[in-house]
Amino acid sequence: MNLRRDVFQAIADPTRRAILMLVASQAMTAGAIAANFDTARPTVSKHLAILTECELLKQEQNGREIYYHLNPKKMKEVADFIEPFRKMWDDRFNKLESVMKQYKSKK
Amino acid sequence: MEMKTQIHAEDGQQELKITREFDLPVDLLFRAYVEPELVEQWMGTKVLKLDAQKHGSYRFETTDPKGNKYGFAGAIHELVPEQKIVRTFEMEGTPMGVQLEFYYFEPLTEDTSKLTMHVIYESIAQRDQVMQLPFKQGINMAHKRLEEVLTKMK
Repeated sequence: MNLRRDVFQAIADPTRRAILMLVASQAMTAGAIAANFDTARPTVSKHLAILTECELLKQEQNGREIYYHLNPKKMKEVADFIEPFRKMWDDRFNKLESVMKQYKSKK
Repeated sequence: MEMKTQIHAEDGQQELKITREFDLPVDLLFRAYVEPELVEQWMGTKVLKLDAQKHGSYRFETTDPKGNKYGFAGAIHELVPEQKIVRTFEMEGTPMGVQLEFYYFEPLTEDTSKLTMHVIYESIAQRDQVMQLPFKQGINMAHKRLEEVLTKMK
């Protein structure tokens, strides 16, 4: 199996990238992750399964709950450090855009 | 939500390009970079100095919730209104080094514009370090969170 290709396919999807961003800051249950998306729960579960299969996410049993957390080792292999960096800039530019839109309407 | 920002960073290079299209006319986009009160608003930083002209310089300062202050500063080498800014950038008191930044402002339509940032670092290692910062912060936050949870469980 061409694992490398699979990993890149996994991160090519915007929802899956958003899931990785979410769990980068804290381990979460499938329910908590799904609550962040408008997508149907089974769709989120499918994304989680794909991310787990290619080892970008790891499952951890905590009592009755299964928590998903990022597998930093795998993320390093992918060398896709760009996404959080890109997200940081995108947030920054979104702020610029909204500040300037308000400024424009005040004039 | 799909991100409007593109990052172009090739392996083994000490530079990167950031591009972004804005739902703003080019004059407003440019103003966001040269007017101190606007910089303060969108960057969430205090502007100690911003002399937006050739041979000018700037100093910004942010304060985290704990009261720690972080300085950002640089010199402005070229400034062509609504077209181009060339400046250096440095996070003071960090080993991140100095970077050279080229900003290109372009009108797309009357109400939209495009920003291209070309950033050059001192070395390949330094560029990679800067790019990994937000990722590492995410990991650190995860570890802190874990520590908090474990402490509560004790």
